[in-house]
Amino acid sequence: SATLTVETSVPFTAHNCDEPSRSVETSPKELLGFFRSMALMRRMEIAADSLYKAKLIRGFCHLYDGQEAVAVGMEAAITRKDAIITAYRDHCTFLCRGGTLLEIFAELMGRQGGCSRGKGGSMHFYKKDAGFYGGHGIVGAQVPLGCGVAFAQKYSKDGTATFSLYGDGAANQGQLFEALNISALWDLPAIFVCENNHYGMGTAEWRAAKSPAYYKRGDYVPGLKVDGMDALAVKQACKFAKEHALKNGPIILEMDTYRYHGHSMSDPGSTYRTRDEISGVRQERDPIERIRKLVLSYDLATEKELKDVEKEVRKEVDDAIAQAKENPLPDPSELFTNVYVKGFGTESYGADRKEVKAVLP
Amino acid sequence: KEMTVRDALNSALDEEMSADPKVFLMGEEVGEYQGAYKITKGLLEKYGPERVLDTPITEAGFTGIGVGAAYHGLKPVVEFMTFNFSMQAIDHIINSAAKTNYMSAGQISVPIVFRGPNGAAAGVGAQHSQCYAAWYGACPGLKVLAPYSSEDARGLLKAAIRDPDPVVFLENELLYGESFPVSAEVLDSSFTAPIGKAKIEREGEDVTITAFSKMVGYALKAAEVLSKEGISAEVINLRSIRPLDRATINASVRKTNRLVTVEEGFPQHGVGAEICTSVVEESFGYLDAPVQRIAGADIPMPYAANLERMAVPQVEDIIRAAKRACYRAVPLAASG
Repeated sequence: SATLTVETSVPFTAHNCDEPSRSVETSPKELLGFFRSMALMRRMEIAADSLYKAKLIRGFCHLYDGQEAVAVGMEAAITRKDAIITAYRDHCTFLCRGGTLLEIFAELMGRQGGCSRGKGGSMHFYKKDAGFYGGHGIVGAQVPLGCGVAFAQKYSKDGTATFSLYGDGAANQGQLFEALNISALWDLPAIFVCENNHYGMGTAEWRAAKSPAYYKRGDYVPGLKVDGMDALAVKQACKFAKEHALKNGPIILEMDTYRYHGHSMSDPGSTYRTRDEISGVRQERDPIERIRKLVLSYDLATEKELKDVEKEVRKEVDDAIAQAKENPLPDPSELFTNVYVKGFGTESYGADRKEVKAVLP
Repeated sequence: KEMTVRDALNSALDEEMSADPKVFLMGEEVGEYQGAYKITKGLLEKYGPERVLDTPITEAGFTGIGVGAAYHGLKPVVEFMTFNFSMQAIDHIINSAAKTNYMSAGQISVPIVFRGPNGAAAGVGAQHSQCYAAWYGACPGLKVLAPYSSEDARGLLKAAIRDPDPVVFLENELLYGESFPVSAEVLDSSFTAPIGKAKIEREGEDVTITAFSKMVGYALKAAEVLSKEGISAEVINLRSIRPLDRATINASVRKTNRLVTVEEGFPQHGVGAEICTSVVEESFGYLDAPVQRIAGADIPMPYAANLERMAVPQVEDIIRAAKRACYRAVPLAASG
């Protein structure tokens, strides 16, 4: 299909590097794809909210609605040989890397058919065959891990890169700067992606960071500030960053984004910010609406066709949930699998070791 | 033929690097400095800076990078200058390395070795002298090995590097310079020692003594003295803290009916406590005496030489405990 050239919403702001062009090449197929993917993510996360409130999802559950453009824009810029690693807000990244709705809902509900066979939960999705390395629950820890994946890519001369995502809260973690220093020393193809949604849990960025200009926090490492609500800007930035990283080592991308939900399901998300702020972002910067407007302005689809897409994804989500509900719970024997790759027949024990004992495979 | 523990470790690293290009070393001073304790001597020259990487003094950062490299299929050997510094990176060892294979239902394995000197050194004070065997031994998903001799060091390190799971490999600085006899089999590049299996270093009939790392040497010395007094001690070198070879320990206790556990670490929730529990659970009816536990004193390590000596087990402590287990009167010192 024909190539379209679209301007990003706002210019990129660069630190220690030239910024990429604001003119982004795209296509009708890509724009319609963005619309569908983001509508699916949005619907999926809203459904997860309901399932959580219905007590079908347990524990922690962090939703991504509002931030969808970061996931789809990044995916559009890279290949599945490139790697992504993120924190606990991981459902949509997994979906973007080719994971299925059933694997997601089954995992959220702790079922055998989940992407981690019910043993990981909301925060621990992985898809290694598509370069997705999780799914990490400890704030900031995923960043050195991602730099390690980048190290392995360079070591193996893969010509690929790793995108390590972290929030504005994690941006202040010490280990992030340790990993940045080593990545720069060793010229690792490591892209540090700060998804700045402006609140680390309930703490506004300026209350946690002396300098909330996260794209500049790498000092000697170049950085780029990107409108993270604009999927095309994200795509352009990620393409630029990958090329930079393969040639020159690490770079920081600060994605200016927003989460509509609270930090997790236990946070109503309204005590530390105003409802007006949230509705203002929805009205002015929503990533799906931006693409809807583009699609309509280029006459790539009608309003009705886009509404139909939204209906379709709704049905896909509902069907996946219905299937997940029918999916069996993990077999009790799964308690003792995957502790090791090679268990040497070691004995392991349940709570009452006289009652429950297993030989590790 | 004899070989030092240092040479045993160095040759194990060399052979495994030579055999598998995915194996690489990283850590503080492992390259140009040739290793803070010279364990990696000559390897930078032989394998180059792509495979022997000097890191900054930032354990959380480089350990995380090592674990990430293992996620992607490399086989990192991460050296901690001492295990005391692994505390800076313990989140990556436990949360990022030990649990990922389980959490990912086997999708992401973590074939990595964390190695370095562990336990009490000499005269370095509290922050540089403690044993992490019980700490890491408590964590499912990790394998925790503690070599004593050169045979152990070679066989277990080679097994650890070849193993597909994360291994914490606890060496002892004070053993690096010690020489042990090694057979032709041990020197063969195909040699490995089994993970999860203890080694009976000395057979005996009257009392079982379990120990690991440097304390195996002390236990053997104690057994020598005990034999002159008519007590035949069986000395078990644990080698593997996790998996723990409960079968070998219990079989020995069922034979001797008496047990002394020895470790340098703190007593509370220690390796000895776990062994004691195992024997109470599996072999209670075979015990002819209460289990005796010898461990480091329950205090941070003092600096002064006399206090330091009192803070770690000595051969005479093991002898005394064995005699207690055998209901032999312990002579009172200079009682007249």
